[in-house]
Amino acid sequence: MNNATSPKGIYAIAPERRLGGAAHTALVQRRKAAEKRFRYYGLGALVVSLMFLVLLFASIIAKGWTAFEQTYLRLDVDFATDVLVPDGDRSEQALSSANYPALVKNAIWAAFPDVTSRGEKRQLQDLVSSGASFELRNIVMNDPSVIGTQRSVWVPATAFVDSLIKGQMDRSLPESERKLSDLQISWVDHLLSNGHIEKRFNTMLFTDGDSRDPELAGIGGAIMGSLYTMLVTLLLSFPIGVAAAIYLEEFAPRNRWTDLIEVNINNLAAVPSIVYGLLGLAVFINFLGLPRSSPLVGGLVLTLMTLPVVIIASRAALTSVPPSIREAALGMGASKMQTITHHVLPLAMPGMLTGAIIGMARALGETAPLLMIGMVAFIVDVPKSLTDPATALPVQIYLWASSPERAFVERTSAAILVLLAFMVLMNALAVVLRKRFERRW
Amino acid sequence: MNQPNTLTRIEDPAMAEIQPQQAQPTFSATEPAPEGHRTVGKITVDNPKMSARDVNVYYGEKHAIKHVELDIGTNEVIALIGPSGCGKSTFLRTLNRMNDTIDICRVTGNISLDGQDIYDRRLDVVQLRARVGMVFQKPNPFPKSIFDNVAYGPKIHGMTSSRAELEDLVRWSLEKAGLWHEVKDRLEQPGTGLSGGQQQRLCIARAIAVSPEVILMDEPCSALDPIATAKIEELIDELRENYSIVIVTHSMQQAARVSQRTAYFHLGDLIEVGETEQIFTNPEHKLTEGYITGRFG
Repeated sequence: MNNATSPKGIYAIAPERRLGGAAHTALVQRRKAAEKRFRYYGLGALVVSLMFLVLLFASIIAKGWTAFEQTYLRLDVDFATDVLVPDGDRSEQALSSANYPALVKNAIWAAFPDVTSRGEKRQLQDLVSSGASFELRNIVMNDPSVIGTQRSVWVPATAFVDSLIKGQMDRSLPESERKLSDLQISWVDHLLSNGHIEKRFNTMLFTDGDSRDPELAGIGGAIMGSLYTMLVTLLLSFPIGVAAAIYLEEFAPRNRWTDLIEVNINNLAAVPSIVYGLLGLAVFINFLGLPRSSPLVGGLVLTLMTLPVVIIASRAALTSVPPSIREAALGMGASKMQTITHHVLPLAMPGMLTGAIIGMARALGETAPLLMIGMVAFIVDVPKSLTDPATALPVQIYLWASSPERAFVERTSAAILVLLAFMVLMNALAVVLRKRFERRW
Repeated sequence: MNQPNTLTRIEDPAMAEIQPQQAQPTFSATEPAPEGHRTVGKITVDNPKMSARDVNVYYGEKHAIKHVELDIGTNEVIALIGPSGCGKSTFLRTLNRMNDTIDICRVTGNISLDGQDIYDRRLDVVQLRARVGMVFQKPNPFPKSIFDNVAYGPKIHGMTSSRAELEDLVRWSLEKAGLWHEVKDRLEQPGTGLSGGQQQRLCIARAIAVSPEVILMDEPCSALDPIATAKIEELIDELRENYSIVIVTHSMQQAARVSQRTAYFHLGDLIEVGETEQIFTNPEHKLTEGYITGRFG
């Protein structure tokens, strides 16, 4: 006892340090301030990350939204018989290889009868995209009766005209630094004033494959390639992953081998994706001889990459099923398989689906392994089967991002927007499926 | 542990009387009975449904059940009591081979149902579990409707030939479990939406729907309030007419109320078996006495 006044059996704490004393009050205030700061740190981190996200989206949308519109020119085309069928052969083959570029040239020259010099005529025909002749061919092939008649046709303008109309080209620059000459600009202005130039929704962006001409380049091929690739990945990785998870979780004995397998699955989930690409190149293309650049090989490679993710997620979902349910089923005389299929799997399904879809979303955005197996090639045709050469959305973005033309810059951003939309869709699907399959009680 | 002819020795009343006195000084609440302990009391019954002989259970290195010998009579309720971790639940789970699901668990000895060895390799464990049903400590209805919960067992075992028959069986089981009047209007509602006591009775209905011969109950009332407990106990008493029931319980009052015979386990040893009344009024073994008088446990 160092303090004779304090009551027996109670430690003598200095009065200002007792609960409610001056020192204690200061301590409480410091603690409250610290807790407030702690909360603000978290809030600040959230605000910063949201700001980055908003910045990202704002810049992509600002750059990309214009790509959803494309400038079209109205041409009064004379489907002249002597140009299209000079020798009278109207067979499909002859029609498909007829001289459509001449029709386009004649039509645009006819719009400006004053232009006579060879150089100026060439400048004039440069306003129209090379896609115009394909457009005319489609018209003729669909309905050969147009031959010999005249018709107004809207055809895509070149990317430079498109940029000018969209205000992306600086008219005040000296002529030599512009992609369009003063003369061309004056023609465009003339066409604009009499309503022969119009901006329309860019359907080519979604239906066409890649092209050297930016105004004709679309992500249709890349979307199809991605869809085929994802199809292969989903069909392989989900059943294999779930079956592997069920075996490991429900049947496999716990021993050194299963431990080893478990560690390796976890490691595989962290292997850089390009390594899977190299593996795919060596095994699927060089050894098994599967077609290069094909969605089939892409899907196989992405399956390898997604499998560990699916297995890990599925195992977690299986573990989270309460053991009491298993015991109840086994205690009723259900066999192991009945227990799993009747009780465990339905309860684990939401988690498994979520894992699979998250894995698929990752695979959808994966670029590096696809580069290794040749899906980075310049492919114009939209793939029609699993073995056709194809590219994928992220690879298309990578390809366009390295093109300097202004029109490719906006298309890159547009493709990113489409890819992001797919990602959001897939994640939304994961949420919906989870809600749907979740224990209804 | 070479004890040839164990049964005769245990049945010898003279031996049973002498033994506790010899061993008493070394018994304590925290230590297992000495090696070679022999169960006090009469382990056999006249018409056994199941009998366990020299049953040992090991969890890896741990010897969880030691040389347990016990008969389970036809149409009787036998209570297994003892402090936590004494092996009574483990023993219960050897009776329908639920321990098979634990990798490290190893069972030796002989357990028979109607004279047939249940650990025989040729025996279908799935069928065994239909004959020896189980009710668990925590009510564990399937996350399905009340009807589906009860109908599940008959369905997987193909016990009914038509929907009407199945409905009839479900109704019979629920009536038998005393739950029919409470749930008859909401058979399609989830079984998990019932109260704890109702859930446990649903689990009992589910168990009896496959017409088991033995029902194992692992502390079926430990998660229930006294009123629900009373209902279950009443139910157990009724079920005794048709089934053999083995119940593990922590409540000595419950054991006294529902059972005809009681077995006292202590750290893996079956210390004493006897008529419930005798165990609770006049236990022969020091450890049994210590437990039932509340000195430990």
